[in-house]
Parts: sequence; structure tokens; C-alpha cells
Amino acid sequence: METFLALAIPGLFTGAAYAIAASGLVLTYTTTRVFNIAHGAFGMVLSFVFWDLSVRQGWDPLLALVVVILVIAPLIGFVVQRLITRGLGNAPVSVSLVVTVGMFVGLVGLAQQRWPEDRVEVDAPRFVEPFWLTFADGDGVPGWQIGGTTITGHQLITILASIAVAAALYLLLTRTRIGTAMRASVDNPDLLRLFGGKPDDAAALAWMIGMSLAALTGILMVSVVGLSYVDLTLLVVNAYAAALVGRLKSLPMTFVGAMVIGVVEALVAGYSVDNELLATIKPAVVPLVLFVVIVAMPQAQLRIGQVKGMVSAPVPTVPRMGVSAGAVLLVTAMVVATGSEVTLLRLGTAATFAIVMLSLVLLTGYGGHVSLAQLTFAGVGALAYAKLGEPNLLGLGVAVLVAAAVGALVALPVLRLTGLYLALATLAFAVVMEKIVFKNDTIGFGTGGAVEAQRLSILGYRFESTGSYVFVMVALFLLVGVAVLLVRRGVVGRMLIAMRDSPAACGTLGLDLRWFRVGLFAASAGIAGLAGALLAGLRGVIGDTDFVFFNSLPLLLLAVVFGITSVTGATLGGIGLMLLPVLQAESVGGVPLGGVMFMVIGLGAVLAGRDPNGLSSYLFRGGRWVEQRLRTRLSASLPQLPPAGADDVHEDAEEPVAAPARVEVGPGVPARG
Amino acid sequence: MSLLEVDDVVVQFGGVTAVDHASFTAEAGQVTGLIGPNGAGKTTCFNVISGLQRPTQGHVRLDGRDITRMPVHRRSKRGMGRTFQRLEAFGSLTVRENVQVALDIHRGLAGRLRTVGRPARRQRADIDALLERVGVAAYADDRADSVPTGAARLLELARCLAAEPTLLLLDEPSSGLDETETDDFGDLLRELAAEGTAIVMVEHDMDLVMGVCDTIRVLDFGEVIAIGDPAAIRSDPRVQQAYLGYSDETAPADGVDETPTTVLEVTR
Repeated sequence: METFLALAIPGLFTGAAYAIAASGLVLTYTTTRVFNIAHGAFGMVLSFVFWDLSVRQGWDPLLALVVVILVIAPLIGFVVQRLITRGLGNAPVSVSLVVTVGMFVGLVGLAQQRWPEDRVEVDAPRFVEPFWLTFADGDGVPGWQIGGTTITGHQLITILASIAVAAALYLLLTRTRIGTAMRASVDNPDLLRLFGGKPDDAAALAWMIGMSLAALTGILMVSVVGLSYVDLTLLVVNAYAAALVGRLKSLPMTFVGAMVIGVVEALVAGYSVDNELLATIKPAVVPLVLFVVIVAMPQAQLRIGQVKGMVSAPVPTVPRMGVSAGAVLLVTAMVVATGSEVTLLRLGTAATFAIVMLSLVLLTGYGGHVSLAQLTFAGVGALAYAKLGEPNLLGLGVAVLVAAAVGALVALPVLRLTGLYLALATLAFAVVMEKIVFKNDTIGFGTGGAVEAQRLSILGYRFESTGSYVFVMVALFLLVGVAVLLVRRGVVGRMLIAMRDSPAACGTLGLDLRWFRVGLFAASAGIAGLAGALLAGLRGVIGDTDFVFFNSLPLLLLAVVFGITSVTGATLGGIGLMLLPVLQAESVGGVPLGGVMFMVIGLGAVLAGRDPNGLSSYLFRGGRWVEQRLRTRLSASLPQLPPAGADDVHEDAEEPVAAPARVEVGPGVPARG
Repeated sequence: MSLLEVDDVVVQFGGVTAVDHASFTAEAGQVTGLIGPNGAGKTTCFNVISGLQRPTQGHVRLDGRDITRMPVHRRSKRGMGRTFQRLEAFGSLTVRENVQVALDIHRGLAGRLRTVGRPARRQRADIDALLERVGVAAYADDRADSVPTGAARLLELARCLAAEPTLLLLDEPSSGLDETETDDFGDLLRELAAEGTAIVMVEHDMDLVMGVCDTIRVLDFGEVIAIGDPAAIRSDPRVQQAYLGYSDETAPADGVDETPTTVLEVTR
């Protein structure tokens, strides 16, 4: 019992820090319906700012604390709400997720650029002292003995801060006018506006407070976790779990959840010393909790009157697909014939990423669901291919099926829930895979971090040379691309679009959304698995560093920036993602590009998030313009042909038109057709 | 036995009771009107019947079978179709494709195998006939998010009809339609009823309600306060009370250019 308490009590203090972060998350979500994936990233950047001010510039820590939490953080929150997230709550979940993931990646890039790891040691120690370290009990140990454990002043401050936050939020939400407005805008911002409330002000305040709380958490945790870009950012996963315990709306439950998570984490860490199972799950105990909490969420009700039509990229006709595919193959053949080994490897990597992006075209572009674990699925495919040791079509097929089955397993528990929970489940899954499964010696890449794989042979012919293998990869990419397009043009594609536009209508028309979604998710994971398996064959040695969770995020963002609704977008995005590390290693005028690339991608996603067709839509627009000019010339000299064939209908349907805002006719509003 | 039975249904959102022990029925071959002031719980009733909202208490029976806990999509297989007050058309698809999706879903995989080899042109003709019937054929190739509100509502009806429903739930179907279109729409409803379909309609256009409904249920504060044929409803004092008590706020709801008093022909 004594050990139990000794282990559990420190957990309460980390729990208190999670509670502060989680309450900020819940506050912004309930008020604006935007789930801020970047919450932790903001906390990370703001604790870097705190460190910069207090350690590098030598400010008084208290002054730095006040400036960061009460001035800089609210200011950023205000700007973010006004410029980036305003009105995002009414957009489909996929859009708001992509935008906040964009901020996430952009902020990590910003931190890497502004405070690069290798130069920091020179000008200041990369360390933040815990607060209130001076209270020693005489023999040099800071803190007090309680229940067999030592409590430091820093821990005490953490728990006091969480209590203060809880009390302040309670007073704000129940005793003030703006707090009431914040609660009201949860249900219906339009109605609030009608009654003279200002939902925008409530939203701005929520983001300002949320940002301050993110900063507070970051600063409290930085002396424990250290100044790390990713670790500090991913602390927020713990906050997600706590926020979900409160079902994203109850602050008291969120606090309870945070405390429980802190204690569970501390207990697992404590007991894992002599327990193998606990030692295994220790690195990912909170993501596991997150997954369990998501599975335990009550059934989500279909929301009505939410989703609107989206402008999609045009679906090409079959002849056009053929011409484009031929052109890509021709270019590939030319590169294969002339390129160096390095160029070929890069091309192969680009093809890998492009295939993974095709999986997102299906899942996100057509289906409207977001996955934050696409590279993890690729890793599953790579593992299956390498471990199976069957470098032929059978082995490739099995790898695809294994990845698809794992995808279905992830989607299955959350099939009653909406897109946000599915995305969070993929996040939890990715972290669990990275920290536990991929490290496993039997089923993962092992402690060495790498396994060997052989190049593919098809019908007995082995594509041993890098050039021929890369050619096969590109051909397979085109095959999958055509398959995705054919799906889009067929019955299933229509249903996918219909489900994205209005799940409620699909349900009432008799579509079982749950299984349809699981199938979609499995198919998408399978495509990603194919990419991973091909990459394994290309590299010969493949490891867990090739499938790091964090890299799934730039992948998603680049897919969005280049156009997540088209195969063209996936092609360009694949090349872009391949070039990313190449560009990061470059420097312009002596300044290394490193983090700048992440910032550019993040910013691009924030800007492009609302236009799912991304940069390729400009390409299409240009192409159509040329085509139209040609056609008018032609039609002047040729007799008019009658409109015929389903192909034309499809193209017209996907023609981006400036859709007028739909008139929402509610009860009591006179309709004007 | 009635085709649809709503039995003692209660829906509570937190402390608010949206539907309060409501009970009513709808018969095959009849148009049943569901009217009441704003916030009376009409749409919530529809959500309960179609499965989008679990009732706190009470039962819904379709053709004698309790469907209270049946998933949304299975109700459609049992012959239920509904339209939405706030539009739920598939905005990125054309009007024709909207109906095509409904048909695909309705037929399922087995149905698709059965229709293999059936010329696509004939299926397309079926769809076009349906669009013609509800009166949106002119928009067949337009994106559904670009057509006028009235047409989008009719499109939702066409989508339902593709599944050949025995029970149709229409949530304010006529808003957005002009007078001629509303008349045609009323005729269509009578036709469908004559074919044996049970229609339940939430509607604010009292001319339409009084003109086409065989029977009417009036909801107020979540309670069914009156049941009867149009003539009886017109003269029911509780109905007058419910509407008059709200007359200022409900005025626009009853029609663009009519006041509620004339709509209900209430005289003092």
C-alpha cells in the first residue's frame, strides 16, 4: 500500500498538468467546434518562448511567465481565431482537422527553425529549472515527505495552478455574461447572434484562454520533459485522452480523467520495473488509454443540416487516364534510362509516397475521413512483406491484406463514432505502433530497428536492378490510381461522395454507414500497406525510422496542399514529400532551410485546407481553359455532336462551379425559392 | 392496425422536454398532417420515427413491429423514407446522381447482380421518369447544391421514392415552392396516397395541409393536443389557443403573404 501511494501521488501532479491542457482543449472545442490538434504544439512553442525569455535573455522568470501566459499566448489565440479557425466549426471535420494539423506541423517547424537543436548549447543551457526549488528540508533534497514520497515545490505549484484554473473556469462559465455566451454558442451560434450575443467574441475568448492554458501546461512540464519539439507537443495526446473522458464537454469529468491518467501512467511506470507486460506497454500507456476511452464513447448521433457539397476535382475519362498514365510511364522510362542510382532511389521514394497519398484520396478526398496514421499502415505493409520473405505477387498481396486487416481493426471499435474520433483513434494507434509494436523483436522491426527485404519478382522475373524495380513501382502506382478513379466513377464512388455530403441522408436511404466506413478504411490502409511493402523491396533494409508517426502529418498536409481529390494531386504530393528532406538539408544565404519547409507546408495546409482540390485545381483550370479554346475553334468548323454517354455526364458533374450558398430554411422563416 | 404507431414517446434534451408523451398513428393510403407552432417538437418526432434520435421513453411501431431501437438504415429496408427540413441533398452530385445513389443503396449488392446486363439506358430512363414525376427533370444535370431550395426538397422526395417506400415522412416539403408548384406537389401527394403510401407531413402552409391531408395531428410543447380531420382541427379551440398564443411569432411561418388568423380562419 505504501509503495502504491508512493507511486501514485506523483501521478496526481502530472495529472494536474494534463488537466490544465485538457480543459483548454475542451473549452475551445465546445465553444467553436474546432478540435485543436495543435494544442500541444502551441504549448511547446510557448514554453520555448518562456525559456528564451527567462534563460537566454535572462529575464526574471516570474516576469517571463506573466508575459508569456497573459500577453503573448492570448494574443496568439486571438490572431489564430480571427485569421485561421473562424467559421471552421461549420466546415466538415476533415477540413478543421487538416487546418489544425497544419498549425501543428508549422509550429514544430517554427521551433526547429527559431531554436535549432545544434546551436542552442552555444548560447544558453537547454534546460528550464523547476519552480520553487529553494525549499529544501535541510539536507539538500527539495520538497516535503508525504506518504513515503517526496513532493517538490514545483509539483505543489502544478496542483495549485490546476485548482486555480478549475475555479476560474467555473466562475467564468457560470457567473459571467460572456461565459454564458460561450456555453450558448456551443449549441447554436446563429441563434446566439439573433439574440444579440456575439459568438465571435466568445470564440476569440475561448481561443485566448485555451492558448494561455496550453502555455501554462507547457511551461509546467518543460522542466520534467525537457525542451523537446516532439515530446512536448505529444504531451497533448494525454490531454486528448482526458478531454475525451469528459466527452469533450464536461470540465469536471475532464479533470477527473486527467488525474486518473496521470496516476495510471505513474503506476505503470513504477510497477514496470519487475513486470514484463507493463514494461512493454509503458512507453504508450496513455495512447492505449486514449484508445480505450474512444471505444467506450457513446454512440454518436448523425448530425443533420451540417455538411454541404464540395467542389471536387474533375474525374478524367478513360482515354484521358490512358494518355496521362502513358506520359508518366514515358517520363519514368527516361529517368530510369539516364538517372543515377540516387535519382532512382528518390523516384522510388516519391512513388511510395504517391501511393500512400492515393490511399488518402480514397479515404479523405472522396470519403471525408482523416487518418493521421497512414505511414504507420505503410509500416505494417513493409513489415508483413519483409517478415514473410516471399518477394513475389503473393507476398505483396498478403502484405496488402495484413495492412487492410489492421486498418479495419482500428476502424472497427470506432465505427459508431464520427470522423473526429476516428482520426484521434488513428493517432493513438500510430503512437502505440511506434512505441510498442514496431520495437518488438518478434513482430516488429526489433531492437536493431531494421529488417531486410528482397526485391519483387513477378511471374518468375525478378526486378533486381533499381531502375526496373522503380519502373514497376511507378506502374503499380498508376494501376492503383486508375483503380481509385474507376471506383470514383462507379457505384461505390457515388456512395462515398454521398456519404461525405450527408451521412444522415445515406442512413435514412438505407446505407449501413458503419460497415461501409470500415471497408473504406481497410481499403485505404491496404493501399498504404502496398506502398510500404514496395518501399521495403526498394531499400532492401527497412526500419521503424522510415515510418515515424510524425511524418504522417506532413504527408497528409502535402496531399491536401497538392489536391487530395485527384490522382494528379497525389503524384505531385509524392514528389513534393520526397523532395522535403532534400530541401531541408539545403540552406539559403547561410540560413539552413530545415524547419522552414515544415512552416511552409503547415501554412500551405492552413490556406489550402478549405479548398480540397489544392494546387492541382489550378492545373485543371489551366488545362480546361486551353481545351475550351481548342474546342471553340473546332466546333466552328465541325457540325455539333449530340451529347452522349455517361462519361460526359460525369465530367459535367464534377466541373467545379461556384456553388451559391445554400439557403437554409428553418422553421418560421418564410421560404424564398 | 395502423401502419405507423407512435406510442407515448418522450424526448428530453437535458432539462428540456422536446416531445412530451406524444402518441399518434398514420394509416396506409392517407396523408397525415403534423402541425404545430415552432418548437412544438415536430421535427424531433420525425427524428425519433426515422431513428436519428433515440427517445427517452416510449415506442415506435411500423406495421406492428417495434422499431424503437432499430438502426436508421434498417428502417429504410422496412419501407420508410424521409426528407429533411434543413436540406440533406448530396451537394456534390447532380440531381440525377442523387437519385441514382438512392437506387444503388436500395437495390444493394444482390439487386445489382440481378440487374447486371440490364441496359444502363433503361435504368436512366427510370430515374428520369421519377425526376419528371416530382417535377425536377429540368435540373437533372445540375449539381444538387446549385438548384433552388424548392427543387432540392423535391429532389429529396424523388430520392425517397426510388426506394419505393410504404411510409413517407416529409419535413416541410413545400417551403421554397411557388403557388403553382405547391398545387402540383399537393396533387402528387394525393396520387402517392392513392397508390397506398402512408404520408406523414410536417408543414406550415395551411392551404396545403387543409387541402391534402386526410387527418391532422396538432403538436404543442411536445404534446399532441388535437387529432382530427381538417374541418375539426379548424374549429378546435385548443388549436386556436396554441396558434393565437404565438400569433406574432408564428406569423411568417404559415406562409409568405398570409397571416395566421386567416390561415386558420379563426374568428373572434
